[in-house]
Amino acid sequence: MARVVVDVMLKPEILDPQGQAVQRALPRLGFEGIKDVRQGKRFELDVEGPVDDAALARVREMAETFLANTVIEDFTVRVEAAGAQEGAPA
Amino acid sequence: MTTRIGVVTFPGSLDDADALRAVRIAGGEPVKLWHRDTDLRQVDAVVLPGGFSYGDYLRCGAIARFSPVMGTVIEQARAGMPVLGICNGFQVLCESHLLPGALTRNDHLHFVCRDQRLTVENADTAWTRDYRAGQEITVPLKNGEGGYVADERTLDELEAEGRVVVRYLDGNPNGSRRDIAGITNAAGNVVGLMPHPEHAVETLTGPTTEGLPFFTSVLKQLVNA
Repeated sequence: MARVVVDVMLKPEILDPQGQAVQRALPRLGFEGIKDVRQGKRFELDVEGPVDDAALARVREMAETFLANTVIEDFTVRVEAAGAQEGAPA
Repeated sequence: MTTRIGVVTFPGSLDDADALRAVRIAGGEPVKLWHRDTDLRQVDAVVLPGGFSYGDYLRCGAIARFSPVMGTVIEQARAGMPVLGICNGFQVLCESHLLPGALTRNDHLHFVCRDQRLTVENADTAWTRDYRAGQEITVPLKNGEGGYVADERTLDELEAEGRVVVRYLDGNPNGSRRDIAGITNAAGNVVGLMPHPEHAVETLTGPTTEGLPFFTSVLKQLVNA
């Protein structure tokens, strides 16, 4: 089983009030020097069978129609290195 | 023959009973629809009510948009059936691409609940004919993700085509671009708005009865159709 990660972020021009709230809290906690924070979503998909081009195309379609709202969000799709988390690769 | 107005209940809807009641007070026949229905039971129009469909998981309205009922609603809306989306219903309409743009987290991050003054900018849609353009009304507003966003080109297009239906007055409650509180599609049969006209149809429970014309408008529209 392989893992595909979909990261979803608000487009740069869309205001991210959650990210701003986090950014404002950082100096209060003693973490200086962070000029901006954007907060997004990460989806970890455990895919059955091989992650070939066809499987990746399906994930992209899934991200485009459902996981992200492309009116306001961008997404990236990547395969997580096999065996990074558990046992031998399939 | 009375006009049948369907109100869809999704898992997590909470203003469906109020919407059904508003339809009845306006003189229509309220029809309960379940999100798994694909048959709209011969309704003449549909209201997507407020609430938290599917707990607002993923994005508000994102999962509800794929409920079986929405397949039929989208098809019928494109064919001209009047559809009104209130609050979460507005979010569902945007997620369905029946209306442009999207709703995002309020710019101040707080949930807002207040009586909101609005201007009715477009009194020419299926749901606003009983208003006059420029009329000011007060109806309740309650949302956490009510900030309307779209790219500049879309906003310009909405303004140029008179598709901004209602605009916030006396302060923008959630950071909506250009104070937009509600919009319509090009045909004027699909309207979405964040404030809640269905909570302003009776003096006992609402601040005014100024939300009622949304529901009487569509009845006249259908009788005259």
